[in-house]
Amino acid sequence: MTRHRKIDHPDNDNRLDSMAQGVLGKPVDRLEGPLKVSGLATYASEARPSGMAHGVLVRATITKGRVVGIDRQAALALPGVMTVITDPRMVRYPAQGMAGKGPKAGPDVVDYHGQPIALVVAEGFEQARHAAKALRITYEEEPAPTDPDTVTPEVPDAKQKAQGDLDAAIRDAAFSVDCTYTTPTLMAVAMEPHAAIAEWDGDRVTVRAALQMLASDRKQLADALGVGPEQVRLLAPYVGGGFGSKLGIAPEAVAAAIAAKELGVPVSVALTRMQEFDITHRRSESRQRVLLAAGADGVLTGIGHEALVSNLPDSPFSEPVTQATPFTYQAAHRRIAHRIARVHRSCAGSVRAPGEAIGVTVFEAALDELAEAAGIDPVELRLRNIPDREPGTGRPYSVNRLGDCLREGAHRFGWNQRRAPKERLEGEWFIGMGMAAAVRVNMLIESRARVTLTEDGAKVETDMTDIGTGTYTILRQIAAEMLGLPVDLVEVHLGDTDFPPAAGSGGSFGAASSGTSVYLACEDIRARIAERMGCTDAELRLQDGRASFRNDTRELRELLAGEVLVAEGHVEPGDAEKQARQATWGAHFAEVAVSRHTGEVRVRRMLGVFACGRILNEKTARSQCLGGMTFGIGMALTEGVEHDPRTGHIVNRDLAGYHLPSHADVPEQDVVFLPDRDGFAGPMQAKGIGELGICGAGGAVLNAIYNACGVRVRDLPATPDKVMP
Amino acid sequence: MREFQYSRATSVADAVASGATFIAGGTNLLDLMKHEIAVPGRVVDISRLDLDRIEPEGEGLRIGALVRNSDLAADHRVRQSYPVLSRALLAGASGQLRNMATTGGNLLQRTRCPYFYDTAMPCNKREPGAGCSAIGGVNRMNAVLGVSDQCIAAHPSDMAVAMMALDAVVEVEGASGTRRIPITEFYRLPGDTPHMETALDRGDLITAVLLPAPKGGEHRYRKVRDRASYAFALVSVAAVVRMEGGVIADAALAFGGLAPMPWRVSAAEDALQGQPPSPALFDRAADLVLSGAQPQEDNAFKLPMARRVLAATLADACRMEDPQ
Repeated sequence: MTRHRKIDHPDNDNRLDSMAQGVLGKPVDRLEGPLKVSGLATYASEARPSGMAHGVLVRATITKGRVVGIDRQAALALPGVMTVITDPRMVRYPAQGMAGKGPKAGPDVVDYHGQPIALVVAEGFEQARHAAKALRITYEEEPAPTDPDTVTPEVPDAKQKAQGDLDAAIRDAAFSVDCTYTTPTLMAVAMEPHAAIAEWDGDRVTVRAALQMLASDRKQLADALGVGPEQVRLLAPYVGGGFGSKLGIAPEAVAAAIAAKELGVPVSVALTRMQEFDITHRRSESRQRVLLAAGADGVLTGIGHEALVSNLPDSPFSEPVTQATPFTYQAAHRRIAHRIARVHRSCAGSVRAPGEAIGVTVFEAALDELAEAAGIDPVELRLRNIPDREPGTGRPYSVNRLGDCLREGAHRFGWNQRRAPKERLEGEWFIGMGMAAAVRVNMLIESRARVTLTEDGAKVETDMTDIGTGTYTILRQIAAEMLGLPVDLVEVHLGDTDFPPAAGSGGSFGAASSGTSVYLACEDIRARIAERMGCTDAELRLQDGRASFRNDTRELRELLAGEVLVAEGHVEPGDAEKQARQATWGAHFAEVAVSRHTGEVRVRRMLGVFACGRILNEKTARSQCLGGMTFGIGMALTEGVEHDPRTGHIVNRDLAGYHLPSHADVPEQDVVFLPDRDGFAGPMQAKGIGELGICGAGGAVLNAIYNACGVRVRDLPATPDKVMP
Repeated sequence: MREFQYSRATSVADAVASGATFIAGGTNLLDLMKHEIAVPGRVVDISRLDLDRIEPEGEGLRIGALVRNSDLAADHRVRQSYPVLSRALLAGASGQLRNMATTGGNLLQRTRCPYFYDTAMPCNKREPGAGCSAIGGVNRMNAVLGVSDQCIAAHPSDMAVAMMALDAVVEVEGASGTRRIPITEFYRLPGDTPHMETALDRGDLITAVLLPAPKGGEHRYRKVRDRASYAFALVSVAAVVRMEGGVIADAALAFGGLAPMPWRVSAAEDALQGQPPSPALFDRAADLVLSGAQPQEDNAFKLPMARRVLAATLADACRMEDPQ
């Protein structure tokens, strides 16, 4: 039985609030935690099918051109080497998330320095790696631009928006700001590098892979290989982080499958950390100009946000920098500009909250500049500019909790203790506070799950992934809550395309989308139990394996009488997402210390207050926000790719050179969730969380630096050399 | 990685006679071998040799070449009499790396210039005559002093910076017997031979580092880096300063992050000697340290940063009020 729901209307029944088991929302430990910490959770590259060979991708060492010759002989003569593959189906870069097709193929054409152009396969990994170095390649090289500032950018009409007369608003404003910020290329750097082990059985291939969205990944891989989707099975039960980099298939999976077919043995291809930097999607660098006009009262009259990003020619993705700008603050006169520089750096794609992560961060820094110019408290400035309805469209908000988050955060953080720049000095350290709004669009994506109820408990099956976010645990909680079972009587099986296709992990929509499909399947099972109890679902109470209606209480075991109840839940987005502006909301606060000698910045404490619908698990939700806030510290202070000015390739291609925050950079962080329900999000009233924590977090840190020492860093990250007061 | 022969040395003499590449902690060598930047045919493991003790020698201390960085940093004699060394060690790498890395290996670690590790890019240090990619490339972390037009790689060690300020001596066992090389003469500047980095000959084995009698005074190690832990120095300063009657009696200063070797300028130390501490005096010392600097586009900030770090560190060591 399939229970299907298209979310065409808001659902404000808040059914989950009247369930009896009482496990949803609770800080339940991760289901798979013990497996992970004891090494029993096997990641993609940890399987060892017998006879497995190892493949190593070979990278192009030119920026653009053609491979005209590969001298295989020297490599093939080395011990253990089995083959050198340059199959035209091999792909040049990863697929974009949710793409229906494989990415661009043809490894003989080079689009960027570092692109895979061949695969060397050997019996042992070290042998393959050595042989890859021994391969002699000749190229026909073409000149190619790599610096976004040196090319005339594309200006796609559909991405330019204007309303009113922004220039006049600026001219007439009591206070105005016109500032330009730059953010560097950022990388996802998941702890688990990309890896794939492919194994053919006849004309069917099974690939153990590190991927976030199996349903679309399967189509992409099938397309890339020239086979039908039904011939491809993907397995990704455990994924060591994705952050966008594993949304689509990447060169290693295609190469492994091609090699395994050619050799007739399982083939493993795992990227090294350096190859992660070379090959996987980067978040485009950006140049962002923000224009703000305000009256003497701080009420905005004009908002402009102009972004320049880059990508390879023909790549459909461009970092949606201004995604939240149209709906966060009111102003009559508005302008959005979006330009794309076509350069030959590695392919840009989705990384950790594409758009808002850097867009909100910069916009909130610009607002801080306006607050300073107008002499208005930054929290107050924002409170004065929260719209009643979505600007431009006039749609209502499904829920808008920005004001609540700002007020709650200011109160909890002790915002009223904030002083003027350079007024607080402790030893050599200037102390300052900063804040920023957090905002991120909310999405629901089609998703399916199967739930089976037996006498022994329940089982959830879906090809949804858990990339370290807690999916196993929240799906278990949802099923346990709906079916009235203790959590340990619910099994969850994920990451296998033989299961019903789910939304996958991405865009913060995984929990709400896959969770709703589980909810719907359970709803179907509840209806069948209710029937046996002679009542409606609304009258049915399920708790601890027992069903109750009025004074009648029966064991589920007894009701089932050996029967197995199976249901599939299927959710699709519908009109509800058009009727209202859906977003998740929050406010970030940060306190920093800045050395007045060296410009070193130490974040002393952070607070994030968030409203993102129903919280499914307090602990995993909090962890998501802590991670986002930590990435905010990275964006503000430490992270950034350096591209070689001649080749465009990433120079700091390891974790000693690409600086994620270390433990010592991360202070006490406090996360508060406001109680929230959003019926437009569906019958669970649950929304995305994963990305909200990063959106704006870096802005709070940058604004705190200014408040500490009076230095406004507009070229991220704010490394000591840029801060030195 | 290329195939190589592996054996364990049973004695120092045995190791020296092997003429092979030595491995101890392996925290740098294994990376170099994986990238085929180092391609030794024979690797001799010295980690079981009896060189892992810290012992008094004369009025000073003898540190075995195999003493782990974490053990050296925690040694009570080091913490008490040579705190600048302990602080420098703890400012370097990560806890995991310090548990593996040895004293001798730390002295010999290779530059972290990213082009040295990228075999697709020319590097004179890796392949003499190939060219330098850091010049005209990304060079924020590279050196500004002691560089040549062949190489601008910076030396990455923190430990060696402190040892430079402490006038340490490197004890080496080689074919011709035992040599004692002052650390000031241990490193070579790149010049036209950036691949030759030290005074060691093939087969030479560092057996110990000798610290002379404690200098007393105030010890400081200040390292400025891009994040709070696990990052190489933008600029670091080791300072050992002794005050007498309101004037600086003597000062030893060494710098990291600035040069192809731990950098020490005796003229700057001489300028401080006998003078009452003042911001103007520190500025003069900085002038002397930084004279002849040849910054690149990305790393010119190291000059003002070094000036500030030196002034702040000296003020702290001289127990001055924080200069306004």
